[in-house]
Amino acid sequence: MSTTTLPTPRRGVDYKKFLANNGALVGLVVLCLALFIATPDFLTGPNLLNIGIQVSTVAVLAFGMTFVIVAGGIDLSVGSVAALSAMSSGWMFASAGLPGWLALVGGLVVGALAGVINGLANAYGKLPSFIATLAMLSVARGLTLVISDGRPIKTAPEVSFLGGNLGPVPMPIVILVIAALAASFLLNRTVIGRSMYAVGGNAEAARLSGLPVKRILVTVFALAGLFAALAGLLLAGRLDSAQPQAAAGYELDAIAAVVIGGASLSGGLGRISGTLVGALVLVVIRNGLNLLNVTSFWQQVVIGLVIALAVGIDVLRRKTRNS
Amino acid sequence: MTQQPLLTLQNVGKVFGPVTVINDVTVSVYPGQVQVLLGENGAGKSTLIKMMAGVYQPDSGHIVVDGKTVTLPNTRAAEAVGIATIHQELNLVPTMSVAENVMLGRMPTRHGLVDRRALRQQARAALALIGLDIDVDVLVGDLGIARQQLVEIAKALSINARILILDEPTAALTRHETENLFAVMADLRQRGVGMLFISHHLDEIAEVGDTVTVLRDGEFIGEVPASTSEDELVKLMVGRGIEDQFPRVSENLSQAAEVLTVENLTSTGLFSDISFTVKAGEVLGIAGLVGAGRTELIRAIAGADRYTSGTVAVRGQILPRGNITAAIAAGIGHVPEDRKGQGLVLDASVNNNLGYATLASTAKLGLVDFAGQRSRATAVAKRLRIRMHTIDQPIGALSGGNQQKAVFGRWIIAASTILLLDEPTRGVDVGAKVEIYELMNTITAAGGAILMVSSELPEILGMSDRILVMRDGRLAGELSAAEATQDAVMTLAARDVDETHEQR
Repeated sequence: MSTTTLPTPRRGVDYKKFLANNGALVGLVVLCLALFIATPDFLTGPNLLNIGIQVSTVAVLAFGMTFVIVAGGIDLSVGSVAALSAMSSGWMFASAGLPGWLALVGGLVVGALAGVINGLANAYGKLPSFIATLAMLSVARGLTLVISDGRPIKTAPEVSFLGGNLGPVPMPIVILVIAALAASFLLNRTVIGRSMYAVGGNAEAARLSGLPVKRILVTVFALAGLFAALAGLLLAGRLDSAQPQAAAGYELDAIAAVVIGGASLSGGLGRISGTLVGALVLVVIRNGLNLLNVTSFWQQVVIGLVIALAVGIDVLRRKTRNS
Repeated sequence: MTQQPLLTLQNVGKVFGPVTVINDVTVSVYPGQVQVLLGENGAGKSTLIKMMAGVYQPDSGHIVVDGKTVTLPNTRAAEAVGIATIHQELNLVPTMSVAENVMLGRMPTRHGLVDRRALRQQARAALALIGLDIDVDVLVGDLGIARQQLVEIAKALSINARILILDEPTAALTRHETENLFAVMADLRQRGVGMLFISHHLDEIAEVGDTVTVLRDGEFIGEVPASTSEDELVKLMVGRGIEDQFPRVSENLSQAAEVLTVENLTSTGLFSDISFTVKAGEVLGIAGLVGAGRTELIRAIAGADRYTSGTVAVRGQILPRGNITAAIAAGIGHVPEDRKGQGLVLDASVNNNLGYATLASTAKLGLVDFAGQRSRATAVAKRLRIRMHTIDQPIGALSGGNQQKAVFGRWIIAASTILLLDEPTRGVDVGAKVEIYELMNTITAAGGAILMVSSELPEILGMSDRILVMRDGRLAGELSAAEATQDAVMTLAARDVDETHEQR
């Protein structure tokens, strides 16, 4: 987690502060230890790679979501946009006959465009982001079905490469690492990234300080769309085809990962490293419950409780810190 | 006054952190009398009211109701002994009917359902207590503010309130509506209700009050009859020597260049045909009543809102309308009225808050200049004596005065040469106030220009080189520092206001 924000002068390591700021990470470590003890299947090469592949989709979606939540909004459309982007890419390759690499880029462009529309509706159309992206959730899924006629479309080999291997390492994990570094760099180092925190913390104060709040919001949603598209292509690459119902409901996993990672839904707070940990928590729990032969029905119950617990602890922590 | 008071705050005190906001104050409310609470903003009036309402607990002294010492741990306890507060922001649900609002929390039911008939009946009975005759099925949001206030008073009385605290009830009322309210108050007085009345309109005090308790900086200054002259009241309220509080050092402006020129600025419905100039080194004050369009004017100049016609020019260059970035680039810095809502990102650090205006202009290739930002912020925080633990502390944890200094600091880092100040010392303690005034001196001494809106007349009089008075969205007049007095300003600010309100 070398992605923290400002260099603060520190004498030694303040363990208490570290624990308070990285509750999700501690939870993840405890979880992994527990699973390591509970089942010999957990800490094996294939299982860890499997977790890595699983987490890549959720985490990449959640990175995009982090931008939006830091800026004080929410994006419900990322699952649908992921599916639409992958399907568009498949259509460009299979039906329109574009070269594979162009179909890949085209898919990313479609995702970014969907995000731009979300951003315009939110910033200039004054629709609350919840509503604007709820509409996009439906529109994007509908368009996916229209394009595909409800059937899977085979994707370009370039897209399938994203689901393959680079030497011994699965490509999704490589993409995950690159996406995490890029997102973290963007959020921590660039003017647009730092502006997101100001907009999410107090949009009016940001505006009166001269920050272009509307442009920032459009960029934020465009990034969320772009990251959603990447996640959609990763998913399609693994299956060599774009599925019309791909990534349905993934927006909720993405939101959960961001929130478990310590972001505040009221905006102004959140880190990419936290989101990555949040995504890992979700995936490791699912993986562990699978290994322990817990049915998927009970898994949903557990996941729900974990989300409530994680955020509950966070709220409590902030309350005690403030008083 | 041999009668037993309904309510007495006996030698109460209140401390927030290192700041004493109320020190050894005694005030009583008698049955059938109107006790006036008088003091400047920040004198401690609202803290006192909150003690009576059970929101704050006194740190010293005690609260006596009907001769017995009580504690009021919460607002319910205050209600139970018959204390009701009518706040400036009314506690009504605008989307519900008058009847529902009056009976909120104690709706009559039949078979577990709301008994609409009984609801209307009981609500009408409550309104009749103050002779208010309105349709109880109307939504509260559709009523004017004056009627809403009366609904709230009726509601309070119907819950057997005997002590009514009226926090600036006339601030938003026309003269006619105010008279209505005073008639209701006179009637309540007949019936033995005790009232505590707060108003910034000194002329209302003799009309409606019995005795006046004067507070200054949290201290009890004196209790005088309501017939005391306004001049005398002001003297008590402000204390002697306005000069000590306002260390204005004026510059020689005879050679100074005009830096801000506003011509015929109009924003339909808010202000119209405003023209003036501000010179380098000058503090131009804008006085006027709340709602006269002062904040709207400042926001328009800052680029925060669009305007209909007219021009704003900085050093001869006309600024595009509604463009904050262009205004900042031209050297304008805006210190908004609502520090927490519009000035600061409270959860963000002091460092970040100081840097927002210069985030983009100091960046290289879109990357934030962290080291430079930090050294600039550290330097300005030191210069303005912003008291904090570290520069990475959330700014929300600082006191009001230090927060306000940080908003100034942001524009100092941005090298702004024209500062637009909207209520620059609201919610700021006395010590920090003087520091802010000294900062204004430093800025003008360095050739900066300041345009200041303030509702505190002493501040306007004490710190301005020249004063513009706004009334109903227009410039009502201009006064030089020499000829400006409270009276002169108020005459310009309030003249004809009754007639124009009646016409609406």
